[in-house]
Amino acid sequence: MPFNLLVLSCVLYAAFLFAVAFVVERRAARGRLGWLRSPVVYTLSLSIYCTAWTFYGAVGYAARSGLEFLTIYFGPTLVFIGWWWLLRKLVRIGRRYHVTSLADLISSRYGKSNMLGVIVTVIAVVAATPYIALQLQSMVLSFGVFASAEPDGSRPLDPDQIAVWVAVGLAFFTILFGTRNLDAREQHHGIVTAIAVEAVVKLVALLAVGSFVVWGIAGGVGDVIARIDAADLSAWQVQPGRWTGLIFLSAAAVICLPRMFQVLVVENEDEGHLARASWAFPLYLMAMSLFIVPIAVVGLDRLPEGSNPDMFVLTLPLAEGQAGLAMLAFLGGFSSATSMVIVEAIALATMISNHVVIPLWLRLRPGAAAEDDLRSVVLNARRLAIAAVLAMGYAYYHVSGGSAALATIGLIAFLGVAQVLPALLGGIFWRGATRTGAVLGLLTGLTVWAYTSYLPSFGPGAVLPQAIFTEGLFGLDWLRPHALFGTQAMDPITHALFWSMALNVLAFCLGSLFTFPGPVERLQGAAFVNVFEGAVGPQRWARGQVDPEALLGMAQRILGEESALSLFQSAARAQGKDGFLPDPTPNFLDQLETRLSGSVGAATAHAMISQLVGRATVTVEDLMAVASESAQILEYSAQLEAREAELTRTAGALREANEKLTQLSLQKDAFLSQISHELRTPMTSIRAFSEILTEGDLAPELVIRYGKIIHDEAKRLTRLLDDLLDLSVLENGSVQLNLGLASLQGMIDTALIAARQTRPDREFLVVRDLPSEAMYLKTDADRLTQVFINLISNARKYCDATRPELRIVVRQRSGRVTVDFIDNGKGIPKESQTLIFEKFARLTDANRAGGAGLGLAICREIMTNLGGSVAYLPGQKGAAFRVTVPLRLERMAA
Amino acid sequence: MKQPRRPLFLARAPYRRRRLRDAARLLPIVGAFLLLLPLLWAREARLSLTSADVIYFFLVWLGLIGLAAALAPGLRGGDGGDGADDEED
Repeated sequence: MPFNLLVLSCVLYAAFLFAVAFVVERRAARGRLGWLRSPVVYTLSLSIYCTAWTFYGAVGYAARSGLEFLTIYFGPTLVFIGWWWLLRKLVRIGRRYHVTSLADLISSRYGKSNMLGVIVTVIAVVAATPYIALQLQSMVLSFGVFASAEPDGSRPLDPDQIAVWVAVGLAFFTILFGTRNLDAREQHHGIVTAIAVEAVVKLVALLAVGSFVVWGIAGGVGDVIARIDAADLSAWQVQPGRWTGLIFLSAAAVICLPRMFQVLVVENEDEGHLARASWAFPLYLMAMSLFIVPIAVVGLDRLPEGSNPDMFVLTLPLAEGQAGLAMLAFLGGFSSATSMVIVEAIALATMISNHVVIPLWLRLRPGAAAEDDLRSVVLNARRLAIAAVLAMGYAYYHVSGGSAALATIGLIAFLGVAQVLPALLGGIFWRGATRTGAVLGLLTGLTVWAYTSYLPSFGPGAVLPQAIFTEGLFGLDWLRPHALFGTQAMDPITHALFWSMALNVLAFCLGSLFTFPGPVERLQGAAFVNVFEGAVGPQRWARGQVDPEALLGMAQRILGEESALSLFQSAARAQGKDGFLPDPTPNFLDQLETRLSGSVGAATAHAMISQLVGRATVTVEDLMAVASESAQILEYSAQLEAREAELTRTAGALREANEKLTQLSLQKDAFLSQISHELRTPMTSIRAFSEILTEGDLAPELVIRYGKIIHDEAKRLTRLLDDLLDLSVLENGSVQLNLGLASLQGMIDTALIAARQTRPDREFLVVRDLPSEAMYLKTDADRLTQVFINLISNARKYCDATRPELRIVVRQRSGRVTVDFIDNGKGIPKESQTLIFEKFARLTDANRAGGAGLGLAICREIMTNLGGSVAYLPGQKGAAFRVTVPLRLERMAA
Repeated sequence: MKQPRRPLFLARAPYRRRRLRDAARLLPIVGAFLLLLPLLWAREARLSLTSADVIYFFLVWLGLIGLAAALAPGLRGGDGGDGADDEED
């Protein structure tokens, strides 16, 4: 095929892409995107993961290392079918916070730290440069394939020249469509559609070549399978470490590659598209790799020894005389390379302008935010950055001489960007991740990667002297680039992956654990980690003294006049004001910052507003105050609840006490009338009979009888007064106790005999367990007996059973003796149980037996004095009292 | 601290939706398992590539894609609200 025709078709193809991008941009400008915003376009745009490395390199990879090339697709497949874990969150964060690039996401998450933005940018640029060089190299190689096919064998173009022209052409296209405007959301519909078209072209090309190889050259699927089995397709020696490591690496890369982040997150139109892409993108990858092995096997079979397997996709059809198919394959490879370079350059240019150029500009010209036309500064910075990125790619290609196999460079670039992974994952899943940790992790990872993988890739002696490879850095054996700490078992890429990730994660975690994040950082951390749980929460700006006009001026310089004005107008209307100048409320400042960050990145937007408003006035205290507002409310209501419960309890206690008091007061009244009655009755009879006696003139037997009545009544009075006196003595605690050893059994015997005087007419059955009573107590025997007598008498008095029975149960436990007196009457009603021990308390008059209601009160006072207690024992089917008394009363009575 | 009150038990439809999410979370783990499984087929001196390996990998791959495609519509449907229903375990 004439070389000029080749160049012509390239130019025509490029023109076609220009046209596509142009038309789409026009439609986007008119807001008529329609099906161009469909999940299909989104999925196809993701295919920039498949670069020329895939298109050409996969076959070479398969020819060299068997199935290992599959790992490069398995990683992304796992990440996408597991989109619910990570991608969904990533896309949500990207959309909600107007993230413009990977560097922007990291810097924004860690407190809008521009330093992190710079570090990520550096990593991305350093890792991307060889990758771009790889694309240039593949294009040069593919041109070379056709050039060598010239009949006269002349080389119409020097490879270097091809590389230059390709780089210039790509830079032109990218600048034209990538920096047309400064969108609020860094989206490029034209370019996305163009790369979707290219995705179709490369898939069709590869499938066409594959089909030709399987059904055109080989004799169908069966034959290919036979060839695979027969082929001496090098050693697919499964190395578990390398296999696993490469799957991990490609999984990390699909998230962290700047161009993947660009199409995956930044250019995402609708989160729903991700659901479709979750299976459609793996399907695309599978289709891309379906024919890789057949092409490699057949190529090894058919092509002469020593031909470059990286170019089998081209050389196979050429060798079979299929010029048209070769042309298609060439355009496929061209598409792969160009789409990758374009998006990568845009992503890198965004990072460079937002994180390096603009901050520098603002630093050098402090008043710039209000004065300069930043739009043109940003756009020009991007244009320069695109040119610079491509120039660096070309320089790398030129210096490295395009010698290394494609796959190796690709893996090294993957490993470079994978260093961002810990900071990224930590940032969106772990609120404890801090800026210091992220910086340490990134720098550690970058250093280890550079030392073990990137610098050695230039070859021994190129950047690192030969001696370092054999003897280690500074002659330290354990610092050899391919055997850190003496680990020689791994191949170089696994080794570099292992150590860079391990040390990166270690530094990241330790740094995060031992540092304290600033307020903005904590705010951002919470907002990112909890992105699904609603709004950001607290405000970031305090109400500042800032002229809204200055803000408008600044916004115009970034967003453009029209959109800035409409933003301000709608904000003013929302505040209920006419005109274009809203009050600089915290809310409005927030809104403005988010909008600006869509154009220049979060860190820069924050810095620019800070220039006008003053420093970011939020402090840790503010943060805690606002953040804990709801917690405080919760706590307050909990306190109220607790207080209310306490009040209810107190009220209950008070009500009880009040009831008791009321009852007591009633009892007391009753008692007073009772006692006056009790005193009055004997007094009346004493007076009456003594009057009769004083009148004389009585029969002697009558005198004796009346005298006895007077005596008995006087005794009753005395007893009543004795009881009252006794009680008051006991209550004062001034009672004298006669402590001594006494037999419990003896005391109960005495009490039973004494109590027999009460209602001697009733026959009681007394149930006792004599062995249990055989013990000696150290106590005041008389007083205790008095208590027993009282209780037994009560039983005799009040037990209303027809065959009354009294059980006396004695138990001893841990130094105390309990004596229960249980009768079989109907007991004491519950409401009265608390009252019976009160003075003057008395139950119904129905079975009252002449007492004054002091007996139990006296018992209680006695027991208190004896260090024990007497209590009513409920639930015994009758009236039951329990006397508890210490086995040995040590306290001497006062 | 500020735990929003969530129902302890769910109705049938939300319950299904949650299990669907669980399935979506499990899928990559299953996938990783199946893709790493061949590492254990350590035959003696495994030096050549057999067509069986190729077929195994592509079948697993196709199966994973099919499962992901089956799960995706249900997941997208439940993504509407970002309230308590949406997140998390």
